[in-house]
Amino acid sequence: MHEFAVTEEIIRMADDEAKKIGAKRITGINLVIGDLSTFIDESVQMYFDILSKGTLAEGAKLSFERVCARFKCNTCENIFNKPVKGFDCPSCGQIGSPTGVGKEFYIESIEVE
Amino acid sequence: MKIMMMKNVLSANQEIADKNRAEFKRKKITVLNIMASPGSGKTSVIINLIKLLGDKFPIYVIEGDIASSIDSEKIEELGIPVIQINTGGGCHLDANVIRTAVSNLGVKESAIVFIENVGNLICPSEFDLGEDFKIVIASVPEGDDKPYKYISMFEKADIVILNKIDLMPYINFKKVNFVKGIRALNKKAQIFEISCTTGEGLPELSEWISMNIE
Repeated sequence: MHEFAVTEEIIRMADDEAKKIGAKRITGINLVIGDLSTFIDESVQMYFDILSKGTLAEGAKLSFERVCARFKCNTCENIFNKPVKGFDCPSCGQIGSPTGVGKEFYIESIEVE
Repeated sequence: MKIMMMKNVLSANQEIADKNRAEFKRKKITVLNIMASPGSGKTSVIINLIKLLGDKFPIYVIEGDIASSIDSEKIEELGIPVIQINTGGGCHLDANVIRTAVSNLGVKESAIVFIENVGNLICPSEFDLGEDFKIVIASVPEGDDKPYKYISMFEKADIVILNKIDLMPYINFKKVNFVKGIRALNKKAQIFEISCTTGEGLPELSEWISMNIE
C-alpha cells in the first residue's frame, strides 16, 4: 500500500518534466521496477487512475518493465535468477547474495504531446 | 514525443534524508530507526533501552502508528519527550515527517532519537529517514524464515535484534536458518539476541549503542 506515496511522486515527477518543455499532455509513463523493490504494478496502476485526475498525466498509459532479481552464488560465483523460495544457487546448491540487479525503481521515460 | 528521464522515484525522499543526516551529524544527534512487524516488541525494546541509556544521554522518541497514542503514552510515563505521528493509514514514515518531528521536539545536541516506525517489514525499508542506524527486530514466534521473505529490510539493516528468545524452548525456530538468511543478504549487520521479558541480551545491545553513537 506504500504505492500510494510513490505514485503521487511518479505523477509529480512526470508532470514537472512535461511542464519544463511545455507539453500539453502526458500520454505514457515508462517505469522500470525491480522484483526486490517491493512495489506492485497493479497497485501503482490503481492509485495512478485516482491520483492522476486533473493532472497532465490523466489518461496516460503506464508501462512496467520488471527486472528479475539476480543473485550471485557465494561459493561457485554463478549468477542466477532468485528462486521462488530461498536464495540457493541452482548450480551448486549453496547460498547466494543479491547483486543489485532487481532493486530498480525509476521512471525510464515519458511520452508527451 | 519521448523524453528520457532515468530518475529514481524515491529521489525526493532521498534528498531530504541526506539533509537530515547532515544536520543530525552536525548536532551530534544519533538517530535509530526501529522497524519490525506489529507485536515483535519495538516499544518494549525502546522502553528497555531508555532505562539503560537514559541517565547517560538525553533521549527523544518519535512514535509512528496508523492510529492511536497507546505507544506514546507508555513513553510519556517515563518522562521522555515523545511525538506521536499518526499516519492515518500510511504504512511508513518518510524523511520529511522525521525532519518536522525532530524540529518540533527541539532535540538537544548529543541526544539519541528513537524512531518507532510503522509496524511492517516492507514499506519502511524503502524510505531512508537520514538515520544513523536501521534496526530490524524479528521475534522468535514470527519464525526463522523472515530474512528470506523480507529481503530489502534485512539487507539494509545495521542491527538485527532477535527478540523473545525466552520463548525458544516452546517454538520450532531454527536459528541457524535465520542467521544464514541474514548473512546471505547482509554481511555487516550486528545481530543481538534478547528478551524484553527476562532482560537477557539487553545490556549487550545498549552497550553496543553507547559505544557507537556520535
